[in-house]
Amino acid sequence: MNAYDRIAVGDTHVFGSHTFAAEAIKRFAAKYDPQPVHVEEQAARANGGLRASGWHTASAMMRLLVDYFDSLEARARAAGEPYLVSGPSPGFDDLKWPHPVYAGDTVTYTARIVAKRPSRSRPGWGLLSMTTTGVNQEGKTVFSVTTHVFVETSK
Amino acid sequence: MPARYFEDFTVGEIFNLPDVPVSREDIVEFAEQFDPQVFHLRDDTPITEFGGGLIASGWHVCALFMRLLDDGLLLGSRCAGSPGVEHLKWQHAVRPGDHLTGRTTVVETRAWPVDPQLGLVRFHHEIFNQHRERTMMMDNAILFARRPS
Repeated sequence: MNAYDRIAVGDTHVFGSHTFAAEAIKRFAAKYDPQPVHVEEQAARANGGLRASGWHTASAMMRLLVDYFDSLEARARAAGEPYLVSGPSPGFDDLKWPHPVYAGDTVTYTARIVAKRPSRSRPGWGLLSMTTTGVNQEGKTVFSVTTHVFVETSK
Repeated sequence: MPARYFEDFTVGEIFNLPDVPVSREDIVEFAEQFDPQVFHLRDDTPITEFGGGLIASGWHVCALFMRLLDDGLLLGSRCAGSPGVEHLKWQHAVRPGDHLTGRTTVVETRAWPVDPQLGLVRFHHEIFNQHRERTMMMDNAILFARRPS
């Protein structure tokens, strides 16, 4: 059975956790999202404190996702087993930022496979959909998204 | 210019966003930190049916878009955050040397029951490259303060 066939809807993957340091929040926001609540601690204080740009929360998820699947690949290679080969992503749906990510928060990201189907437009490829949720240290959901990615069906 | 409140948005209104060049260094720097897949880091990736060569992370394009939206609209408004993004499509790869710009259309304005001091504006955002190819589109709602009466 190849790696694609082994994937089942309902499988869960814990990508890991990321702590959002104030300096990192400000550095990301100064470049990509310089709204006062992301860059000015003084201005943010009235609104509960400095909070990460939503795109920072999303980008931190992507880093953990890439590292997680890299480690699965390394383990499969070492064991001589097949591993998933992914291509580009056509996009995502239902991205939600239900609660702010404040400086010092630690967010744990967990994904669940929600759909898997052969691609109609790309023979040899399938489209894998997963819903990834980010939960902070108090158990509050701060992020969720359903992403889609092309994966090779023959690997 | 006075700040834009919720009441200042009308359905069908279009905002032309500023533009930004995308360099090889920008693409690799973002990817090293947030999306270190080989096709965001190096030129010499194998050619597949999806193409080859260095392309920007889709999340990088989102971040670049955010900056255009801030500079073109949100920093001059009473923006109060966003509940999320309904749909996003990455339609055309962004490559070193590309020059991105955007256009945002107001789709709907409505009350926000969670907080009567805010209103919700739904937008359709589009990002284009220098050849007017659409690289990304997104449906997204943003909250704005209501004008004090």
